[in-house]
Amino acid sequence: MKREILDRLLAARSAKQPVALATELATGAQALVSPKEMVGALSLPDAARAAVLKALQADRSGTIEAVGRGIFVQSFNPPPRLIVVGAVHIAQPLAPMASLAGYGVTVVDPRRAFASDQRFPDVELSAEWPDEALARLKPDARTAVVTLTHDPKLDDPALAAALRSAAFYIGALGSKKTHAARLARLSAEGFGDNELARIHGPVGLAIGAVSPAEIAVSIMAEVTEARHREAAS
Amino acid sequence: MTTASEDILGQAALWRGAGKGVALATVVTTWGSSPRPVGSQLAVDESGAMIASVSGGCIEGAVVKEALQTISDGKTRLLDFGVTNEQAWDVGLACGGKVQVFVERVE
Repeated sequence: MKREILDRLLAARSAKQPVALATELATGAQALVSPKEMVGALSLPDAARAAVLKALQADRSGTIEAVGRGIFVQSFNPPPRLIVVGAVHIAQPLAPMASLAGYGVTVVDPRRAFASDQRFPDVELSAEWPDEALARLKPDARTAVVTLTHDPKLDDPALAAALRSAAFYIGALGSKKTHAARLARLSAEGFGDNELARIHGPVGLAIGAVSPAEIAVSIMAEVTEARHREAAS
Repeated sequence: MTTASEDILGQAALWRGAGKGVALATVVTTWGSSPRPVGSQLAVDESGAMIASVSGGCIEGAVVKEALQTISDGKTRLLDFGVTNEQAWDVGLACGGKVQVFVERVE
């Protein structure tokens, strides 16, 4: 790998821009391909370039046959994201756990006493109202949204925004009773049963989790399952 | 997919920046059950220090050995590991899968 390619890969990653590395396995010649440009010693015909971009968009890596040569495509997409609404006790272990699992994490809470740097070192914090934060962060098909505040004022607008997005996972903390009341409120806002069925509530896999860290494990387990179920379908 | 705590490319750039020889190994094909998906990477420096993985730990020793060769001769290598391979007796995959690993030097 040429140093220039490595440096460009690292730059694309810092800028959170998707880029694919195409390698001719027989020679090691490489090109870096993005929707905007193609750089490097490997030249690819238009059809091969389109195939590389298609793999990048699908977030897949693998070998494509291009003009009779084996070209390995490695997709470098920005990390999947987790948006946590509620800088509560459970969010404290959840944020670093998700980060270890490769997610870019944002914790949203307009209550300054909760969303403090001291409670969340090295975590991106947003003091916006949840609906404003979600309008800015624009959850996509590689984003999970989890609400943890228990407060309808904060959770409901976040869930409504998440339901209008393509988020692959939506989860809400709260007992079955709390969740039923929440669904009734969202239903009154016009959300149908199919839409509401997207919300995992109570959030997390039922593994008997008790402590905040254990609940964070159950949430990350369910998010992981949802992510790979999506990828497999 | 790599975790935030394993910055493979960043580490490769750091080693290179410090004047060390560096190789990258990438899983390019898998058959059957294999512990790390296509696209998984491992970076190795000239002293054999490594970050991340291309398997569950079963073939890393052999990959590092080949990577050190690549660091010294600059040639890319395409390595096959699996139960049908003769190397299986030395570095077989316990899970019974097969993987192909591409090794290149960071120039």
